Amino acid sequence: MQVLNGFVLRRPASIAEAAALLADPGARALAGGTDLLANLRHGLDRPATLVDLTGLAGLDKLDWADTGVAIGAIVTVARLARDPRVIAELPALAQAARSIAGPGHRSAATVGGNLCLDTRCVYYNQSEAWRRSNGYCLKREGDVCHVAPQGTRCHAAYSGDLAPVLLALDAQAEIASPAGGRRSPLGELYRDDGAQHLTLGRGEFVIAVHVPAPAPGVRMAYRKSRPRGAIDFPLAGVAVALAASDGRIESLRVALSGTNTHPRLLEGTGELAGQAIDNALFARLGKLVQKQVSPMRTTVTPANYRRQVASALAQRLVKELAGVS
Amino acid sequence: MKRIVSLTVNGRRREDAVADDLLLIDYLRELAGLTGTKRGCDGGECGACTMLLDGEPALACLTLAARCEGRQIETIESLAANGRLNRLQQAFHEKLGTQCGYCTPGMIMAAEGLLRREPHPSEAEIREALSGNLCRCTGYVKIIESVQAASGDAS
Ligand SMILES: Cc1cc2nc3c(=O)[nH]c(=O)nc-3n(C[C@H](O)[C@H](O)[C@H](O)COP(=O)(O)OP(=O)(O)OC[C@H]3O[C@@H](n4cnc5c(N)ncnc54)[C@H](O)[C@@H]3O)c2cc1C
Ligand code: SF4
Ligand code: FES
Ligand code: FES
Repeated sequence: MQVLNGFVLRRPASIAEAAALLADPGARALAGGTDLLANLRHGLDRPATLVDLTGLAGLDKLDWADTGVAIGAIVTVARLARDPRVIAELPALAQAARSIAGPGHRSAATVGGNLCLDTRCVYYNQSEAWRRSNGYCLKREGDVCHVAPQGTRCHAAYSGDLAPVLLALDAQAEIASPAGGRRSPLGELYRDDGAQHLTLGRGEFVIAVHVPAPAPGVRMAYRKSRPRGAIDFPLAGVAVALAASDGRIESLRVALSGTNTHPRLLEGTGELAGQAIDNALFARLGKLVQKQVSPMRTTVTPANYRRQVASALAQRLVKELAGVS
Repeated sequence: MKRIVSLTVNGRRREDAVADDLLLIDYLRELAGLTGTKRGCDGGECGACTMLLDGEPALACLTLAARCEGRQIETIESLAANGRLNRLQQAFHEKLGTQCGYCTPGMIMAAEGLLRREPHPSEAEIREALSGNLCRCTGYVKIIESVQAASGDAS
């Protein structure tokens, strides 16, 4: 059987060596492989080299401090879902981890791979033969986008489940590069382009995410809508971090996945501070979501459904977290 | 490129020259001759290839053999000892948890991973542990009952 493309596997022993190997334009990072190897089997890329990050010492840790936790890039999603301290202190992150794919994927899937997974589209996540018979598409090997044929850009949806939670919690990404390293707000890892949704330069890769300890009183949750109760990517995934007292909002952060080419932190929630948690607030929140998501025809489920469900999930989570029925 | 990997398959040490791009499912089926691990899809969708990697259920079709150096692999072939079915196999047989049988090795290995971690799982835990395994025949109810029977918690 020959299903993969004849790449060379490299297993670097240090971050510097990995960064140097990844500087080669034909090299791709390999973590759990649950996204990358499935995509390679579909012929979605033909890398000359895969650089295995899972042997890198120090990237498999959850490092807790008073200020928050540093999550190493090769910590598995299964571990995140089961870790008692994550469940207790960052419940939304454990919920998101538990909702990713199936148990057989989660034992291999990593945090870094989840943050960096490829964007998705019904015209793209198909076999080589399927895509060829459809003339390929703009994202790879073709020159038309079948979702928006008049346009010149790709609208494939970012569909990772961890990123919205980490955005709602104001996490930072720590990035290694051949020149050293840098740390930046997680949102800066992404850009609004389905064909090239990461801002990582050559040789750069994620080595950790730093999640600040939530302020006292903050409650959080993650929920996703999907065709089946397991395995499926989010049609829309919503993370909420809320502090409320006396029936009013103190602080609110909402972030979304599955609806845009990048995970999106909802803008304008700062202005809801001090507002009473009532139907008028839910209507305002719902409008904010509807305005800022831009689902396109990239799933078999209609875009408008994903817009509505994103808005409904955001409202429902705020209701539940605030204890309003 | 090829490299030598040494790993343990069903309790036996093996050493093989494997290509960097060889998937574990092909290693098991073609090189090791263990065809119990099934291929049901073109990558990660169905769970038929579920085996235990260092005791955790994982998908052989999304695992590179070259990355299994030093690791323990257990497939469906490891479960029966001295010609006797193990508790899950026996329960799937008795409770009709298997029909065409194609999903069964993956189902049983996923359930085996669960029972080792949690000998008396709730129905919800069983459903969650098997949520990555598709079956086109049974409708799942008999499968869940089989796992309950194997854990000694049949209703
Ligand atoms: C059937 C199926 C269902 C799935 N369902 C879901 C789902 O519901 N939700 C979801 O979020 N995902 C889902 N996935 C996708 C995937 O399993 C997860 O996103 C997983 O967390 C990816 O992690 P990984 O370590 O396996 O990544 P890999 O496959 O190893 O890598 C993914 C991508 O990220 C890059 N990469 C990996 N690590 C790094 C790093 N540290 N720095 C920079 N780049 C890196 C790789 O080059 C590659 O492009 C599903 C996959 C399948 C096959
Ligand atoms: S959105 Fe358009 S260009 Fe992007 S993957 Fe889908 S069809 Fe291709
Ligand atoms: S063969 Fe279908 S998940 Fe592996
Ligand atoms: S018994 Fe036939 S697929 Fe499950």
